[in-house]
Formats: sequence, structure tokens, C-alpha cells
Amino acid sequence: MGALVFLVAAALTPALPAWIVSLAIVALANALVVLGLIILWRAGLVPFGQALFYAIGAYAVALIARYTGLRDVLLLLTAAAILSGLAAFLTGFLLARYREIFFAMLSLAMSMILYGVLVKTETLGSTDGFHVAPPTYFGYAPQGGMRLLLMFWLVLGCCAVAAVLVSFYLRSVAGALAVPVRDSEIRLEFLGVSVNGLIHLNLVIAGTLAGIGGALAAFAIEHVDPSMAYWTTSGGFVFVTILSGAGFVAAAFVGSLLFELLRSIAYDVLPGAWQIFLGSALLLIILFLPEGVGSLFQRVRRPPSHSRS
Amino acid sequence: MSAILSVRGLEKRFGSVVAARDISVTVPYLQTVGIIGANGAGKTSFVNMITGHLQPSKGSIWFEDRDITGRPSREISRLGIARSFQAPQIFTSLSVLDNICAATAIARTGGRLMSQTLTPLQSAATRTDGEAALGLFGIASCRDTRAAMLPQGVRKLLDIAMAVAGQPRLLLLDEPTSGISMVEKFGLMDVVMSRLKHRRITVLFVEHDMDIVGRYADRVLAFHDGAVIADGTPAVTLTNPRIQELISGPKLKAGTADCDHA
Repeated sequence: MGALVFLVAAALTPALPAWIVSLAIVALANALVVLGLIILWRAGLVPFGQALFYAIGAYAVALIARYTGLRDVLLLLTAAAILSGLAAFLTGFLLARYREIFFAMLSLAMSMILYGVLVKTETLGSTDGFHVAPPTYFGYAPQGGMRLLLMFWLVLGCCAVAAVLVSFYLRSVAGALAVPVRDSEIRLEFLGVSVNGLIHLNLVIAGTLAGIGGALAAFAIEHVDPSMAYWTTSGGFVFVTILSGAGFVAAAFVGSLLFELLRSIAYDVLPGAWQIFLGSALLLIILFLPEGVGSLFQRVRRPPSHSRS
Repeated sequence: MSAILSVRGLEKRFGSVVAARDISVTVPYLQTVGIIGANGAGKTSFVNMITGHLQPSKGSIWFEDRDITGRPSREISRLGIARSFQAPQIFTSLSVLDNICAATAIARTGGRLMSQTLTPLQSAATRTDGEAALGLFGIASCRDTRAAMLPQGVRKLLDIAMAVAGQPRLLLLDEPTSGISMVEKFGLMDVVMSRLKHRRITVLFVEHDMDIVGRYADRVLAFHDGAVIADGTPAVTLTNPRIQELISGPKLKAGTADCDHA
């Protein structure tokens, strides 16, 4: 069913107005970050600094394109994935030892270090950031409307691949043990599982996804700046994760699209006070849909009996 | 090689408190050992050190022909020592079946992260194994119940069933009957002990109820103030008046006074 939705979306794109396509590109790029947060959330971990990896992915493609002239999309995305995954692997040695608020704050602190470095580095454009050259697709450099369309298909393709891989992962022993981690780490250790190892793996997966999301966002906006590493960016991802709920992979995409839509409506209706609008939306979600938009699918799929996550 | 477990000069200090002092015990294969003692005598610390939950300050612990002193609990579990807990360590937000499936699936992957990433948790094989384990411990009727909703007795059984999923050769039970009504205690122990015997698992269990110890243990270790003060058959150990006094405290004077009034 998921594949069908992706195909229909891909086929419909040329008929859609450009503003919707642009909005969807950013939303889907961010959905990849949210997908990673869902993996961590299931284990009870909420990183308030996931923008660290988002910014690493974005700056990776921007810097490689700027200093080497490489613009091939596949190459740049791979580099972003590897670098952000590596960053997550290294920071993971520390992060995987912490839980709850300590984990959240340590992750925030790490992202703010990167933010500080980016702001202070003149050669990287300081607070203004710098321009990112549009990518090429195996040597083909699209122009005009084609550029947006190809960008959208690229993002959609990445999302489809990520959705399939993450679904497989969540069904694997390692992926499905996230919920048990929240319930009893002691039992897992005494069954022979290294809980820190498991969390480390989840951190690398989430970090890599965030890096790819950041790289795609950099391509789409054609610009990078330090705000991509700022804590409000991380907060936005956590917001969308709450909006989406951790029950379904598809919820990340629906939640992220909904968020971008809400935000642009809020900008339109209340230009000076859009945060009030978003804040109220979050409040309503927490009150009436505590398990996120994803829980709506569940209600449609089967009548409310006992739930199995 | 007849000893499955051998502990030499084990010592554990928490500052000035001594939880274990010079404990030396050798347990042969298939012996069922009951561990008794008053609260704070060091029974759980002893279990915690064998299973790697606590690091001993001194001494050594050998499992079969391996020195396991101070190894992390997950390594010790993989070698073949499992345990249950006084407060059952189960996954409360999952169903009973999902709990046991998680345990059997982990056992199948041998604790290796790579194979855990590539093996699905819910497979026909883990389900069959899991259902068999639930049947073995007589809790198959609860398979779809969320573990948080289970009565204490079933929680204890599930905890033990999960511990046994990894096919251990040595199992440590920390107060398997605590929090369970008097009427249910023997039923639970009958189920557990017969299944473990059948699987040829050596059992060490911590227990406060002397009737339970007398009935199921081949050998009793009495702990007092971090030391083993008696080690022998239940018939000898449990009838020793000094042990009785140290384990259950001095007999209440008020009780005898009431009978004596005349």
C-alpha cells in the first residue's frame, strides 16, 4: 500500500502547484530525521540535539560541492550519510550511556557546540551560511521547473527506501527490542543483550537518517546556515515526532507534511504570532491524540482492542 | 569436572558494610541449593556477584572451567547462567507471548548485534519456541495479556520462563515465591522445580519460607552477616536451633507468656 502512495505522489507531482511541491520537499527531507527520532523514541530516548547530524549532512554536501566541485547527487548524499553516521558513531560512545533528560541535554549540548563553531567560522559564512550549488543527476543538470520536479522525485525516492529499510529494522530483533529497553534494561542484559550497544546502533541509524535529511534540505533550499544546528531546529523535529507518534513508519511522513502545512498556514494567517498557532496545535495533539497522528491509522485498521506496538 | 560453580574467598564491601566475607562454596551439577538468611545477610549480593550484577571486592568465581569473576552480566548470561529477580524483570508494555518471543529470539541470535539486526523478531520459529515455553510453565492461557496486567504469580513464572529461554545450565532464583499467597507457593514451586529438573538445570534459590526450602532443596546455605554460617542438608541445617534463631530472629517472649499463664 505504501508503495502505491509513493507512486501516486510521484505521478501527480507535475500537476501540482510549485509551492506545494517545494513544501513537500522540505517536509519529506525533515521526515527522514523524524523517522530516526521515532526509532529512538521507541526506546524512550528523546534527543534535543538531532540537528547536529542534520547540519553535518547539510554542511557536508555544501562543503564538498564548494571545495571539490563535485555535484553528483548520489555521491554527495553518500558522503553526507557516511559523515553523519560517523559523527553519530563517535558521539554515540558517550550518548549511549545516558538516558532520559541527561541524554536529551547531552545531545542538545553537542549540537550547540557545532552551532557555536559554525557561527564563529568566517570561512563558512558565519551566521549567514553560504550558497549550495544545485546537484546534478549522473551528469545531467536540470533547469527551471525540471529542477524542482527532479528534486521532489529524489526526496521521494530516498523516503521510500528509508521507509522500507526502517520497517525491516523495526521488525528485526534489534529494532523490536527498543520497547523492551524502555521496560527493563536489566532483563535484556541478563538475556545477553548489550543495551548500550543496541542504543548505539539506534543512534547511528537515526544520525545517518538525519544527515541524509539535512543533505536533501541543503539541496532543496540551496543554502546552508548555522541555524540548521540550532536547538530550535532539533525542537522542531521533536515536535513533529510527537505529532506523528512512534507507532508507524508512515506516520513520520504524514506528520511532517502536516507540520509544514500547519506552519505555512500559520505564517499566512498570523504572520507575527505563528508560534501561538503551532503551540496550540501541539497542545491539542498531546491532549487528544497522545499517540500521535499515527494512532489514527491504527483506529482505522482495527477496532480499539488491546494495542501492540 | 563435577562442579558447575565454585566460589573462592568471595568478599564484597560497601564502605564499612560487609555484604560478603570470605565465602567459599562449590556446587556440583544438578544439585538444588537453597539459600537462607535474614534480610541484609548477603543472599542477594551473593546472587548478584555470581551473575555479574555486582563486582566482588575480592575472591574468584568459576563457572565450569571458566573464571567469570567481574565479567559483565550479559557475557555471563551467554555462557549459561541465568537468573530471575525478586521483582520480576519482564517487559510490561508487551503481551506475555511477545515477552517470551523476545527472549527466545535473543537466545537464537546468541547476543550478537549483527545477527539481531538481520533476524526478524516475530518468526514462526520463535513463536513456536515461545508458545512451548509458556506451555511448559503453565501460563499459555495468559499469552495475549499485557504483562503489566498479570498477577504476581504469573509474573514470576514469566520471569523464570524468560530466564530459561536461553537454555542455561545454571539458574539462580531470587525469592521465587515472594509476594505470592501461601496457597499458591507450593503449586508454583512444583511447576518450576519439576521443569528445571527435567531440563537438567542446576538451581540456586534464595528463599525465606523454610517449608519451601525443606521441600525443594538438596542442600542449604545459611547466610548471616555476609558469611555462610551453615552448609548442609535441609534436615540438619533447618533444625539447628542457632540457625533458626539467626534466620528468623529470637522467638517472641509474648507468645510463650500467653501459653504459660496458669
